[in-house]
Order: sequence, then C-alpha cells, then structure tokens
Amino acid sequence: MNITEKILAKASNKKTVSAGEIVDANVDVLMTHDLTGPLAVESFKKIGAEKVWNNQKIVIILDHQIPAESIKAAELHKTMRQFAKEQKIRLYDVGHGGICHQVMPDQGHVTPGTVIVGSDSHTCTYGAFGAFSTGIGSTEAAAVMTTGKIWFKIPQTIKIYVNGTFPKYVTPKDLILNIIGKLGVDGAIYKSTEFTGPTIHEMSIAGRMTLCNMAVEMGAKNGIIEPDNITKQYLQEKIPNMPDFTTLKSDKNAQYEQTIEFNVSKMEPQVACPSSVDNVKPVSEIGEIPIDQAFIGSCTNGRIEDLRIAAQILKGKKIKDGVRTLIIPASQEIYKQALIEGLTETFTDAGAIVCGSACGPCLGGHIGLLAADETCVSTSNRNFIGRMGSTQSHVYLASPAVVAASAITGKITNPTTLEAKQ
Amino acid sequence: MDPKIKASAIKLGNNIDTDVILPGKCLIIVDHYELGKHALESIDTEFVNKTKNGIILIGGKNFGCGSSREQAPIALKYAGVKCVIAETFARIFYRNAINIGLPVIECPGISEITETGNEISIDLETGKIQNLTNNKTIHGTNLPQFIMKILTDGGLIENLRKRLNKK
Repeated sequence: MNITEKILAKASNKKTVSAGEIVDANVDVLMTHDLTGPLAVESFKKIGAEKVWNNQKIVIILDHQIPAESIKAAELHKTMRQFAKEQKIRLYDVGHGGICHQVMPDQGHVTPGTVIVGSDSHTCTYGAFGAFSTGIGSTEAAAVMTTGKIWFKIPQTIKIYVNGTFPKYVTPKDLILNIIGKLGVDGAIYKSTEFTGPTIHEMSIAGRMTLCNMAVEMGAKNGIIEPDNITKQYLQEKIPNMPDFTTLKSDKNAQYEQTIEFNVSKMEPQVACPSSVDNVKPVSEIGEIPIDQAFIGSCTNGRIEDLRIAAQILKGKKIKDGVRTLIIPASQEIYKQALIEGLTETFTDAGAIVCGSACGPCLGGHIGLLAADETCVSTSNRNFIGRMGSTQSHVYLASPAVVAASAITGKITNPTTLEAKQ
Repeated sequence: MDPKIKASAIKLGNNIDTDVILPGKCLIIVDHYELGKHALESIDTEFVNKTKNGIILIGGKNFGCGSSREQAPIALKYAGVKCVIAETFARIFYRNAINIGLPVIECPGISEITETGNEISIDLETGKIQNLTNNKTIHGTNLPQFIMKILTDGGLIENLRKRLNKK
C-alpha cells in the first residue's frame, strides 16, 4: 500500500485497502472556520445531536473575515464562539491564531498518520506532515461532529517524483505551479497526489506545506509527503507524544496510477495567469503585465520563510508609486517573528502595509479587494474570475520572491533580472 | 425526493469553480433563498431570472472546483436548479450537493448531446438521461446505494437523523 492507503486502512480498521473501495473512516481531527462553520453548526443542530462526538478532536479557527468587517460577519463569529463555549471546543479567536492551516500544525493539532478533515478546501495542506487531510463541506462537517466518522472512496494515487536543486529565487511555489500547469486543474481529480524524491525530502516544512496546499488546485483529494526527520524536528515541540512514524511510508511495491517526474534545477519562476490555476507560464513568457496590487500572504505563502525572501528583495527599496502592497503573516506567531527579525520594518519602509494575520484578500471577502480592470500579483492559490473582488479584475499567482520584485517595478518581474539590473 | 426529474437545460463550460457559482463576498449571507439570488452572477447576471421554473444545469469537466463552500450548491438549489449533470465533478462540490439534497449525476458525453434550452428528463435510480428535444439517450454513472439513500432522504441531515433514531 502507499502512505494514503495505509492511513485510510488504519482509520477504517482494515488490514488492507485498494483504490476504488469505499471505507468508513474514523476521523482524528475536524477543523472548521468562521465562513463554513456557522452552516456546520446550523446543520449539527438540525441533526438533533446534543453533544459533539469528541470536543477534544474539534478545532475552530476564526480567520476568513477577521476582525469582523461587517455586522453579518460579526454575527457569524458570535455563532462560532457560542457553539465553542457550549461544546467546550478549542477556538482560536482574533489575535490568538491566524490562518487555520498554519495554526493547525503549529499548535499541535496535526500528527503524521492521522485523518484530518476540515470545512475548507485547503485542508489538504497537512499532507506536508504525513497526515491524510482533505476538505469537506459544512453539512459533512456537522455529520463528523456528530459521529466522528466519514466515508471515503480510496483514491488512485499519482506519484510526483521531484529531483534537482532550486536555482536562486525559484521556490516550491514555482514547482507546484509548474506541476499544476502540466497536469491541469482536473489532472488529479478524485485522486491522491504523493510528492516524493530527493528535492522533496530536502525541502523545508514551509515549502512542503505550499505543495500540499495546492494539491486541491488540480482536483486532488489529498497531497501527501512521507514524514521524515525534517517533519520530526518541526513537530517535536508541538506534539507532546510524537508517534513513531518510521513505518509510515509507501511500500516498495505500492500501487500508483502513474508516476510523473519533475526536475527543478533549470526551472524559472512560474506565474499562473488569469483565470485558471493551470494557465501557467515561466515569468519570461508572460510579457509586460503592469500591476495595481501585490499581495504576499495566505495559507499558501504567508510563512516566515516567505516573508524573509520578500524582505530580502524589498530591503532598502521603495515600492513603485501606484502599487499597493499587502503583506499578511499566516499566523500571530509568524507576525511576531517578522517583528523580531525586523522584516516588518523593512516592509513598512518600502511602503507596504502589514496587516493582521488572516486570509485577507485571497478570497475577496475582506480587505484588499480589486476594482474592475485592476490587476493583482498574489502569492495565494486561486485566480478565478472575481476571486479577489470585481469580476473584471485580474489575478496572477506567483511566489513571494516574484511578488516582492513586482511591487518594486510595478509589473510582474523575475527577481533574478531585477537583481542583475542593480 | 422524486427520482424522476424533467426540466429544460442550461449548459455551461469546463471548470466552473465555486467562486463563480457563489462569490466569496456572499459567504456571510445565511438565508438560503438570499444565497440563491447570487447563483452564478459572476458569469451571468441574468441566471436567476432563467431558473424560476426549475432547470437542469449541464456542466463540463471538473464542475464545482475550488473552494469547499457548501453555499455554492445551496445557491444553485435555491435558485431553482433541480439537478446538475456534468462530465466530471470536483469531489467536494459533488459530496456537498448530495449532502444538501441536490441531485448530481456524473455523465461523460452529456455536453455533446445537450444544448441550452433542450428538455431533459432524468431517472436518478437508473441513471438514464433523455434529451426530449433531440431524442438522444445517455446513462450517467450510478450512485452507490448508500449515497442514493442520502439523496432520496433529502440530504445528509435527514439521512443521519433517520440512522441515529434507528439506533
């Protein structure tokens, strides 16, 4: 069995499982947030159960519309706070957490080998730690709250084998955009994607999270990476009883639907052009794209490593007149770390605004929305029509390095060419 | 729920994402009928005026990709969509639709035999889809029995209520 099959077999009390089989799996952790949570609470109440199946295994994180930008959002937050209080569920409130997919692993809710579901499509991020994690809807979340179980069809798995060394300013974001560009937005529909190879196992947790986070953008049920020493080092202070995960690996004779190989050594920074995440081109081939807004943040690229590379490029520079630059650390902890390291000062001096930890403009519900005919280059994960505001606006997806370089020049820019000019 | 559905079709293309079905700015709306008023407005501001008498939505590949927002199938259902037939579905949308009692049928080839305005008749139990305008018939992928039961119960809430009461 491969790692996804092993985790799902264990969760459904089976010795083996194979692709196509439907299993009833026990859930280890359920995560919900302020935009999908209230509907889950409504459904939970309609089901008529009084208590959740296990209040220690449910986590609520307010992150999408925080701090509340409207009375309606404030009411949704109130609903979640009341429910958390009633059921004695851990809730990360404004100022105490950040983006759910960063808070979950960083606060010890993600353990290798477990099954985690969340009412957010980017729940697949925790595959970076060797967990099986996937997004579900609100009513399904309510059903999990009630029973602690969920059905899954065991997916076929695509193995993505990555070799090579990243050139300067080429990052895991460029790799995943390149992969999605090759496979297409439905290239892994219903399937599991397993990232492996030397490049993956040398990659930081931040990079692995970026890869697994965007697995859903090619339709995947989950993205997963076998846990290793880097995983152990990252999690050891966060999980009190770290399980032994030495056997949590895909067997040598494991079944894969296909294996696709990538090499990053000669890769250029990549850009996903409007309005599909698979409309990917190397930055040198997109032509001149002037921008109105640059956004560095989101569950894809709001980590300290992302802020460091952006600060390295922005240090001592001024953002181009007419470009507004939003920088949003993925969590309160990362926000603090950015302050300690002086990154916030660098950003502020350059003319960027550093906002409180939240999802921000990524889904077009809160701050930093776009007007008609405006263009944003963003480190987030989706460039759909109207994703970040007006249906007439344009979103280009890129790495934090590309977004930072673009903020300086006012057009989408390869940080390497920017550096060469100086 | 009646397993037999008959209505006229509205056909869309590939990769219709949930942001297009219901934009992020609408996620603070709680009322389901209110959500319905915003269905697909990003690509067709007149959509909700075409669905008053009930329609069958025909999608291409990867229908409902993107966000896990259950408000997307809710918006379609309350706008008057009786069933979505697509070449393939994004998995979260597919589950969400079933869980809220909106029938969905995966049917490779459906886009080729259907145009907007065609009268379509569906039998959910057999998966048989008939285009009454051009007399073409096609079969969608059959749902496993337990999933069919969720649909016929009207969604996961009612299905789970029944199962829990039995215990």
